[in-house]
Amino acid sequence: MGFRIDKLGVVIAALLAYGGFLAPFANFRANRIVPGEARWIIEALPAGYGAALLAFIAVAIALILLKTPTLFRLVLGLVALLALAVLIGVSAGHLTPPENTYARVSPASGFWLSSFAFALLTADALARLRLSPLARIGLLLAVAATVAGLLVSGIWDGLSILKEYGSRAETFWLEAGRHVVLALGSLAAACLVGLPLGILCHRVPSLRAGVLNGLNIIQTIPSIALFGLLIAPLGWIALNVPGASALGIRGIGAAPAFVALFLYSLLPVVANTVVGLAGVPRDANDAARGIGMTGRQRLFGVELPLAFPVILTGIRIVLVQNIGLATIAALIGGGGFGVFVFQGIGQTAMDLVLLGAVPTVALAFAAAVVLDAATELSNSKRGRAA
Amino acid sequence: MKRFLPNLLRLAALILLIAFLVHPELFEPLLKPLVQANAPAIYNQGSLLSLTLSHLVTVFTATFAATLVAVGLAVLVTRPVGAEFLPLSRSLVNIGQTFPPVAVLALAVPIVGFGEKPTLIALFLYGLLPVFENAMTGLSTLPKAIVEAARGTGMTAWQQLTRVELPLALPVILAGIRLSVTISLATATIGSTVAAKTLGEVIIAGLQSNNLAFVLQGGVVVAVLAVLIYDAFSAVERALARRAGRV
Repeated sequence: MGFRIDKLGVVIAALLAYGGFLAPFANFRANRIVPGEARWIIEALPAGYGAALLAFIAVAIALILLKTPTLFRLVLGLVALLALAVLIGVSAGHLTPPENTYARVSPASGFWLSSFAFALLTADALARLRLSPLARIGLLLAVAATVAGLLVSGIWDGLSILKEYGSRAETFWLEAGRHVVLALGSLAAACLVGLPLGILCHRVPSLRAGVLNGLNIIQTIPSIALFGLLIAPLGWIALNVPGASALGIRGIGAAPAFVALFLYSLLPVVANTVVGLAGVPRDANDAARGIGMTGRQRLFGVELPLAFPVILTGIRIVLVQNIGLATIAALIGGGGFGVFVFQGIGQTAMDLVLLGAVPTVALAFAAAVVLDAATELSNSKRGRAA
Repeated sequence: MKRFLPNLLRLAALILLIAFLVHPELFEPLLKPLVQANAPAIYNQGSLLSLTLSHLVTVFTATFAATLVAVGLAVLVTRPVGAEFLPLSRSLVNIGQTFPPVAVLALAVPIVGFGEKPTLIALFLYGLLPVFENAMTGLSTLPKAIVEAARGTGMTAWQQLTRVELPLALPVILAGIRLSVTISLATATIGSTVAAKTLGEVIIAGLQSNNLAFVLQGGVVVAVLAVLIYDAFSAVERALARRAGRV
């Protein structure tokens, strides 16, 4: 068998060649604010390590260029990502002078590009392997465990993003909790209201257009404006409704953020419930009626289970969207990871921005993987039952 | 005639919007009750009209660039030459959508600095996904018979693409662009947290000075723009679909 060139491999190899050999690997700053100085792989890593990494990248480029088995590419991608993750930590320890607590080392463009190239390789291999939903969740858990292991091992402690974390560890977990509560709580509320509303819209067609159009218009209001607009009514409720402020309802803070996320979440939940119920085959309904099921039994025993995969897709859209939007809550004092993002923008401290952005992206990504897998599982279950 | 009433409402919304942007002071009595005694009820740190225009320019520049790139990529991955890129592009679209716009915006700042540029980059990247997804769907689900027929009449691959495939996929591609523009219109407001000149400035000024009238006027202008542009795109899509049906 002759050597054949992989076309996608050419793109990945080009990225890798640039990221590994031409772009700086790490950025060194004497303190938190000053501009950084670039360090290439050879300077950024202890003697031996740098040369080994360059050799590894050169071999990887050759292997990626050629057509190699998909499983091999997956393993290569994952191993390379792990190696880069470990080495950037090593680089931080190597570049920071001993006993110096002001110096900051952060990953530079070469690290990001090489990681991106290997991530592309991994993503492509995963897409081609068509893993089963459970295998995907298993892989996600393995990756999460590895990242947790690296965090606990302390190998990344020299990196600037973890130094930012170190100086505000308590706030970080507080805001993380708030972020998750905002995103999941508003989703739960949207399901509680949206599912019955969707069922109602399905049963009463004259309601459908009005409700969906109204919810559509809410979606066009920019998030920061909707958050701001809710400050006034909630402030009024807090002042005038007895017991409301005891429940934590205030004009600013988490309450308007929660309500805004809830309003944004309604459209996907309601619309997908309506679409899902409309897609229930007439035969299934007739058969259920034939064996004497009441309306309620048909709804819970036949229609909702059959519409479930579509409803789950709506929930996936909402959850991923809410995790992202919850960052905006910080602008009105609602907390969440956005606190670090906006503080970081304000202080032009990018490590602080990353401290807020990276967990947000990771959460959204994990939510998407888990819910995609769940949707696929419920679809195949439905296929087997039918 | 069924469309008469909605169209009348749209026209009224457009006239009100233009009137508000050109002579915002006429609307002051409406917004006055929302602010405390001495606070201004109409945005006074710049012209609403010029902010709206630069908001629209930012959104359309980003969407235009995103459309060119996304349609180009979609054409590439649906040709036999680019077939190897198809599985990866699908999963990249999925992964890309999990990135929150704020994160993209914030991460673009260290690379290009404050101002319009990070907003343009974030909107461009965010706008790519819906257009690419739709263009890919539109181009890969064309009826086989039509593509075969085009080849049968001796069209070159380029002629097939420009005269048959793209025109037929156009309504679906336009739907993607419409989605992209509506998302961008709202997302652009977040750009003002990194000093882009958009209507977000009005909203943020309102949040900072606790001025509800500012938040309301910024938000409503963006929402009305989004609804009108969304409807305009839908109308064009319907017209195209009708024409395609007749041909």
